[in-house]
Amino acid sequence: MIAKVSVYWNRLLERRWLVPVLLASGLVLAFLVPEYHLLSVYAQLILMYVGINIILAVSLNLVNGYMGEFSLAHAGFMAIGAYTSAVLTMKVLPAADFPLLFPLAVLAGGAAAAVFGLIVAVPSFKVRGDYLAIITLAFLMIVKSGIENIDFVGGPRGLSGILRLTTLPWVFFWTVALVWLIRNFVYSNYGRGVLSIREDEIASDLMSVNTRQVKFFAFMLSSFCAGIAGALFAHLLQFISPRVFDIAKSTEILIMVYLGGIASIGGSILGATLFTVLLELLRPSTMASLLSWLPAAVFNPLNEHFISHLGVWRMVIMPLALILVMLYWPRGMMGLREYRGFVPERDKDAHRHTLPEAGLHEHPESD
Amino acid sequence: MNEALIYWLQQGLNALQLGGIYALIALGYTMVYGILAMINFAHGDVFMIGAFFCFLLSTQLGLSFVPTLLLTMLGTGLLGVVIERLAYKPLRQAPRVSAIITALGVGLFLENFTLALSPYPKHIPTLLGNVTWNLYGLSLSSIQLVIISLSLVLIGLLDTIVHRTRIGMAMRAISWDKTYVPLMGIPVDRVISITFAIGAGLAGAAGSMYALAYPVIDPYMGILVGWKAFICAVVGGIGNIRGAMVGAFILGSVEIMVVAFLPSTFRDFVAFTLLMLLIIVRPYGILGKPRVQKV
Repeated sequence: MIAKVSVYWNRLLERRWLVPVLLASGLVLAFLVPEYHLLSVYAQLILMYVGINIILAVSLNLVNGYMGEFSLAHAGFMAIGAYTSAVLTMKVLPAADFPLLFPLAVLAGGAAAAVFGLIVAVPSFKVRGDYLAIITLAFLMIVKSGIENIDFVGGPRGLSGILRLTTLPWVFFWTVALVWLIRNFVYSNYGRGVLSIREDEIASDLMSVNTRQVKFFAFMLSSFCAGIAGALFAHLLQFISPRVFDIAKSTEILIMVYLGGIASIGGSILGATLFTVLLELLRPSTMASLLSWLPAAVFNPLNEHFISHLGVWRMVIMPLALILVMLYWPRGMMGLREYRGFVPERDKDAHRHTLPEAGLHEHPESD
Repeated sequence: MNEALIYWLQQGLNALQLGGIYALIALGYTMVYGILAMINFAHGDVFMIGAFFCFLLSTQLGLSFVPTLLLTMLGTGLLGVVIERLAYKPLRQAPRVSAIITALGVGLFLENFTLALSPYPKHIPTLLGNVTWNLYGLSLSSIQLVIISLSLVLIGLLDTIVHRTRIGMAMRAISWDKTYVPLMGIPVDRVISITFAIGAGLAGAAGSMYALAYPVIDPYMGILVGWKAFICAVVGGIGNIRGAMVGAFILGSVEIMVVAFLPSTFRDFVAFTLLMLLIIVRPYGILGKPRVQKV
């Protein structure tokens, strides 16, 4: 049954008109939904969070999944993008006067994050594996405590009063554009270089892959996307502080990536969506309104003993679920596989066979 | 005595106290890394659980310091073994990243579970009478003395276990080569469990000492301290037990010096910048050896 559905599904995905039609209708919907209140404000908010998280997960997957370097710095890049764009729309060119400059502010946030991406890319020439993980962690902590010491942006108190400029069409546009960008990068010549670095850096260097250049590009592209996601996030939340962008945020993005599966754009989209939606569903109010159709005899005790306690326990349930997924599905849901719709024509044959075991962080043999 | 000298000695004592706590946690990271080549991200939270055990034992059972410390070490040691058996052992053949993500999940679980049970920060009662001695202007409190001497004793004990006993020899053998060690009749699983028990027990001891020195504890306290201890392990050369101690005392001194001379908000900034520079200059840590990578 499942095999049959997946055959039809794959055949459907191979239609050339499918992707443009889906994208166009998505864009139209993104405009129509807020205009005519097709979804509740809360549901729209969740949709926007899903979009931002998709950008974050797909871009982190470029470094962690495709390149095989364990990076923890994504929340730091997000913070740089968020603060840069927020300062631009609040203090430099107040968005109240120039609302049309919002996309430029978002781009500037991405560009600033990309520049800082170099700080992580340069040490990665020398350092590998767990040591690079620590450098990225140190980078995150430096960014965080750096912001805490800048009074201009509010220091540890944070920056409030950011205008709410992030809308559903903007999130849709940036999500599609950045996923498209990363997908094209991964399947380009540089993308092959990225994959070869994951398999064996020294060997790919010997095979005349310019590993430095490839790492530059991959880290900069990844941090650029994280910066843009941060800018959108800041103008959605309307309040940012260094505590928003701490290790917990990086961990959250890591979970999305590894839940969905490494080296898979489709997997990251799936992981980010599932993670965000599940975490929201576990909120007591959402759960209560979802189950309100149950007869009162069932609903009331359920509500009393289970749903009303979810507020505290959902953050316990989520890591447990992650551990279980990892135990039974160590590669994540779509690890090293890809939706056929994302694979370019010339690469489809390569994906028909299962990929070899990726040598992620392989422990060098000691002898 | 010279006032400047007294000042430096005082800061040195503070650094020894902080470094001792970091060292006890860092040893757990470095031992697990040495044996499994895996970063046990849940270790900082085991430290936090240790502090909460200490709180429970001293308030609910009214125990004094020594039984509290011993029971805490026993409890966290058991917790370490349980975590290893349930969460890490099934993943030993899986890609290394999945074990790391599982460890992150275990850490989050421990934090939020503790948070769900006790949402407010807790005050630990004074377990030790705090006496302060004054030597030529140098003040030394009994808590400081206990922390420094206890951590040195525990570190010495661990060093003896690893370098002088059969189980320590087995640990070093496993960290050397995992493929052929079982053929020599070494029970790998048991040795790994013992490693986790020792590491987690030391983290528990660090938790109780931390609770002595800084008596307010909360479920998220393990995150930053854990990361810093991990940094100590890396600075010294991860997998190297003596390196972890060196790294811990270096980081402890750096933090104390930053607080002494700069606004305390710069503490993390300076500590992490130094770490980043050190790793770039010496990627294998102070006492670590570079591995030769073959293609």
